[in-house]
Amino acid sequence: MIEVKKLVKRFGLKTILRGLNFSVEPGEFVALLGPNGAGKTTFLRILATLSRPSLGDVKIAGHHLPADAAQVRAKLGVVSHMPLLYPDLTAEENLRFYARMYGIGNMEARISEVLEMVGLENRRKDLVRTFSRGMQQRLAIGRAVIHDPEVMLFDEPYTGLDQDASEMLDEVLRSVAAEGRTVVMTSHDLARAEDLATRFDILSRGVITASATQKELKQTNLLAFYKQALAD
Amino acid sequence: MQNKPVLLTILDAASIIVLGIATYLALVFAPTEAVMGQVQRVFYFHIGTAWVGLLGFVIAAVAGVAYLITKDSRWDRFEVAAVEVSTVFFFITIVLGSIWARPAWNTWWTWDPRLTTAAITELIYIAYFMLRKGIEDPEKRARFGAVYTLLGGISAPITFMVIRLFRTIHPIVIGSANANQEKMSMTGDMKIAFFFGLFAFTVIFIDLIWHRIRLGSLEEKVEQLKLKVSM
Amino acid sequence: MMDKKTATIDSRPQTMNRPSSIVHRPSFVKATLAIVQKDLSAEFRSFELISAMLVFSLLVIIIFNFALELDIKVRESVTSGVLWTTFAFAGTLGLNRSMSVEKDRGCMDGLLLAPVDRSVIYFGKAISNLIFMLIVEVIVLPVYSMLYNVNLFRLDLLGVILLGSIGYAAVGTLLSTMSAQTRTREVLLPILLFPVAMPVLLASVKACNGLLTGAEFSEVLTPLNLLIVYDVIFIAIAFMVFDFVVEE
Repeated sequence: MIEVKKLVKRFGLKTILRGLNFSVEPGEFVALLGPNGAGKTTFLRILATLSRPSLGDVKIAGHHLPADAAQVRAKLGVVSHMPLLYPDLTAEENLRFYARMYGIGNMEARISEVLEMVGLENRRKDLVRTFSRGMQQRLAIGRAVIHDPEVMLFDEPYTGLDQDASEMLDEVLRSVAAEGRTVVMTSHDLARAEDLATRFDILSRGVITASATQKELKQTNLLAFYKQALAD
Repeated sequence: MQNKPVLLTILDAASIIVLGIATYLALVFAPTEAVMGQVQRVFYFHIGTAWVGLLGFVIAAVAGVAYLITKDSRWDRFEVAAVEVSTVFFFITIVLGSIWARPAWNTWWTWDPRLTTAAITELIYIAYFMLRKGIEDPEKRARFGAVYTLLGGISAPITFMVIRLFRTIHPIVIGSANANQEKMSMTGDMKIAFFFGLFAFTVIFIDLIWHRIRLGSLEEKVEQLKLKVSM
Repeated sequence: MMDKKTATIDSRPQTMNRPSSIVHRPSFVKATLAIVQKDLSAEFRSFELISAMLVFSLLVIIIFNFALELDIKVRESVTSGVLWTTFAFAGTLGLNRSMSVEKDRGCMDGLLLAPVDRSVIYFGKAISNLIFMLIVEVIVLPVYSMLYNVNLFRLDLLGVILLGSIGYAAVGTLLSTMSAQTRTREVLLPILLFPVAMPVLLASVKACNGLLTGAEFSEVLTPLNLLIVYDVIFIAIAFMVFDFVVEE
């Protein structure tokens, strides 16, 4: 579903990603872990078509980046730590706007369906500015799945959420966003990542240094694996 | 480390020599203008600096477009060099113009198309430096800089055309002048000083741009070395 | 409580080859209109941007009244200058606000993630910005007419103001997208915009002045032509370079 070969990203003279290789099979849920400044967000922004690769080959759902960016975007849902919602519009209007940008047919039915999925059907006519952080993040997930994307990208989705809200978000992420989709997530929260993902990749100094599936990890825990990978 | 190219050293020497000759031609060789007197001599440098100033802004816009197409940082360095050198020359032009204007029109400044456009153009390129200063990522800085020089390069001539609708008292030196405008006529010796001035400033301009581009690539080297050390 | 319900709704087969996508990439016009409508409905709910522009405009006009001693004789010749100064300053206020709405909560990324051409975003934002400017102008003109007892609500004048506002919004939208990505943000926009938009402002002042002082039409025609030339050139350029301003 996602295939990245020898990806290099430079900002001026600084090289953030140094020949990164990465691939995700359909249906996998990959957690990208790594210290700050390792290039996780940069990498995710490249997958999201928001940033151009300096060198290397990126293929998502059969389309090359950046050449076929528009086709890729139609199949891509992104949830970041910012909600990407307009505070002066209602929940419903926000979704309607994005539905129109994606050219979704049978729009109203889809909006109701999505609102129900993220548990906000009662607040559909309320302004987003009145929502709590957790509710905004749930609506952000609704926004990201409105066009039923094949690939989901989560960039630190838990940032700024308390324990309760995080748990709530967990459920929505699992049931709405991840179900039946291919997912790549970056996170600092090892415990949550361990819970959700089927594979763990460690990104350090611009390359993937280690990778393990959930099954392989059964014996050791994720924290030990993570520390081991960074120590090498 | 890069050594200074021999040709650049030769060009340095040539710049100093032609500047000396141009000064001699302007201050001694050229005859005193009948109407305006000695102060008219400022004109030979005024035109020379104005010419390279404009040339630099055109070059910058072209380099900007070339950068947007190729994304080659050498074009960016060329663009910055051209804008920087031209901004200085243009400033000199405006100062020299004021010195000339004081006795000729009895005022330091007048809101005539050329003067006003010159001032606005100068402001465009000051804004250009402020824009570049506000951006951290060198690649984005280069891209935005290129877009802005392009906008500035197209807007400045239109500004000139618009301001010309409000009237002018600036003399038109070469080419057709309107009958009602003050026209300056040049004798043969004046023309020699005039054209040599243009030539001299072109040489100096090329020399300075070359230095600035070289400085730019040295800066980049230093950055690279710093990154290596911090690794 | 919700996962049970959602599980039934969203229980799709695990096969990744979905037969038909529900995305039909929208046409250029439809997507542009979506952005404009989004901006308008958000604005008509809060009136943050328009009210700020309006109050600011009135304050500027009041200051000019005392600064220039706008008596009958002076008034005629400076009216168009006062108006365009007001519009220009109020315009940067609106442009800044309109862009920070997109930038602050990452909504710009949301726009960039949509499967539409980048120029859709440019035209959508430019049209919204133009509409905000026009709304403010349409309110300021009669107020000014009342305060100074001159009739500014004339069709020919409105035409010139429309042409000027188009050029101003066209360049302003491009430059506000740039300035929003710099460290100095709001401060930088007028510094970038005013010198580049100088032809629009000057030509508009000249043309409006001509109309107000009852000059011959031929005298108004030249600045009018220059305005049109500027509008066409700068819309075309902004259309071509907008990609470079939003990519990373």
